[in-house]
Amino acid sequence: MKTLNTLGLGLLLSSSLVSLQAQAEDVKIGMITTLSGGGSHLGVDTRDGFLLAVEQAGRDDVEVLVKDDAQKPDVAKSLADEFMQRDNVDLLTGIIFSNLAMAVVPGTVRQGTFYISPNAGPSDLAGRMCHENYFNVAYQNDNLHGAMGAYMKEQGFERPILLAPNYPAGTDALAGFKHLYENEVVDEIYTQLGQTDYAAEIAQIRSSDADSLFFFLPGGMGISFMKQWEGSSVDMPVFGAAFSFDETLIKAVGSAAIGAKNTSSWAYDLDNETNRAFVESYREAYDRMPTLYAAQGFDTANLILAALDKAHPSDQEAFREVLREADFDSVRGEFRFGSNHHPIQDIYVREVVEGDDGQPTNRLVGLAIEDIQDVYAADCNM
Amino acid sequence: MTLSLLFEQLLNGLQLGTMLFLMASGLTLVFGVMGLINLAHGSFYMVGAFVTAWTAGMTGSFWVGLVAGVLAAAATGAVVEFLVIRRLYRRDHLDQVLATFALILIFSEGTRWLFGSSPLWLNVPEVLSGSVALPGGSRYPVFRLVIIGVGVLVAVGLFLLISRTRLGMRIRAGESDREMIGALGVDIAKLYTVVFALGAGLAGLAGSMIGALQSVQVGMGEPVLILAFVVIVIGGIGSIKGALVGALLVGVVDTLGRIFLPSLFKLFMTTADASGVGAAIASMLIYVLMALILAFRPKGLFAAND
Repeated sequence: MKTLNTLGLGLLLSSSLVSLQAQAEDVKIGMITTLSGGGSHLGVDTRDGFLLAVEQAGRDDVEVLVKDDAQKPDVAKSLADEFMQRDNVDLLTGIIFSNLAMAVVPGTVRQGTFYISPNAGPSDLAGRMCHENYFNVAYQNDNLHGAMGAYMKEQGFERPILLAPNYPAGTDALAGFKHLYENEVVDEIYTQLGQTDYAAEIAQIRSSDADSLFFFLPGGMGISFMKQWEGSSVDMPVFGAAFSFDETLIKAVGSAAIGAKNTSSWAYDLDNETNRAFVESYREAYDRMPTLYAAQGFDTANLILAALDKAHPSDQEAFREVLREADFDSVRGEFRFGSNHHPIQDIYVREVVEGDDGQPTNRLVGLAIEDIQDVYAADCNM
Repeated sequence: MTLSLLFEQLLNGLQLGTMLFLMASGLTLVFGVMGLINLAHGSFYMVGAFVTAWTAGMTGSFWVGLVAGVLAAAATGAVVEFLVIRRLYRRDHLDQVLATFALILIFSEGTRWLFGSSPLWLNVPEVLSGSVALPGGSRYPVFRLVIIGVGVLVAVGLFLLISRTRLGMRIRAGESDREMIGALGVDIAKLYTVVFALGAGLAGLAGSMIGALQSVQVGMGEPVLILAFVVIVIGGIGSIKGALVGALLVGVVDTLGRIFLPSLFKLFMTTADASGVGAAIASMLIYVLMALILAFRPKGLFAAND
């Protein structure tokens, strides 16, 4: 009996030794994202895109831990601490909303953990607070707005009127638009954050002599606005960024969204092999169309996986270097990082059209701007 | 700034006002008759909107959805009154706030669990989806005019109900002396349930109609609830007439402020600055209005128990 016990103990010890050895080479990725609350479809898509890439890579040495931040900065912060201190993750990713990223990223990278952003790209993290361990795979927040400014200028719209909620991301959006539109705009209208009735603003837009409307109203605000816009029968072309026109939102808006143009760094009908395979496998796996958020999650995972082929995050220098190279197949075609670890990329224009199933969907129209880089890179001393 | 734009904005203000009245009348009735502060009133608004959107999606008819939404909100109100609110009448206001705040959380999570967190889709019915010409050449959506009309009908209906019917007599009696009407043999428990369900039904009606204009999503009731509280404080707690006047006042001041304050600041500021400052001050305007009115009429414009 005693021998048996010793034998068992020995087995137990040796098996734990084996698993210890394996763990030293394994990679743990902590994903903090928004899976509940009003913005949850963004986080769900990011997670699903990310996990799809990990699954396709077929690597069992990569473990992804996913937790819900409920779109609350304090929750995100404590999840990050938990991931780093208890689970000893090698890198963090996943945050959707910029205010949460501002709460988590600076502390994370200072403690020597990598953070790879699949979405949020606030200006501070691209500029004065940039860090060698912080990479953004998606965009700097201004990119899409600026690209639309450039596109509308090129299309010859001379009197745009701008609409956004009165909070930092809203004023940043309009500033980004004006930076590349370069000319005077008719007017800028700021609404309250979370406003649901836009009758007064629509009347004001109608009575102005604008020839086009550019708006930034993310989430439910955009749905309310577009529905009321259609009911008001104002005849004016509508432009925005992808944030107000993802596949989930335009289905809720319905026919009112048709005809609106929006800028995006990705489109599901973007013609490259990686993207075709991604869209097909995503639809097969989850039975719905991928959104920009899903594409960004997929790219983020592939960037990390490609880097892991060459280096392990415990060797920080080497891992950082291979991340910088960004040697992976992006669903956006070519992909490279600027000096501040934010992408330099092409931005496309999509139009909302009626799809084959009668539901509104985005269709690629063309290029809005080539190789756009954010203006904050100049403030970044790395 | 043309006259027709001013007229259109006044209509927008009236429409916001009538919608607020539907919310505030229920809130003020419940407070006046039962002395209860009900934070969960916004949840009935949400229930009305969700049930309408869901039913309209299933049956294809907005009208069936509307009836279902109002009935569901009223029924939810009755059930909540029976299960929870009934235990709160004798407690102090802090307990009521605590319990009804818990109800908000329960309703929000419950709705998320049932319908998911993506917004639902509800369209304006075909007959009412057009717009009509206004004097001065601009156009106004028919559906918003209908909302104003419904608000006026409800106001007249409530006035008749309270001044001409037996139920109304009991409500008025309940407002002035709760113990006495109990002593006179009126079934006070039943009266409370009816009043509470009536208020919930009106909130549901507001939610159902507004749902066709906005996105139907979890938490949609809370911003409206805050405005409705401002309305009943301005109008005088417990007074239907006060709720009507307060709602129209808040609706018109809020709408006109949002549009005309930025224009005013543009006279001496750059466009970008004026828009930002104007929007910020416009969002405070109704609270400034409330503070001013309370400074001169501490019990509101038409206090019920004077």
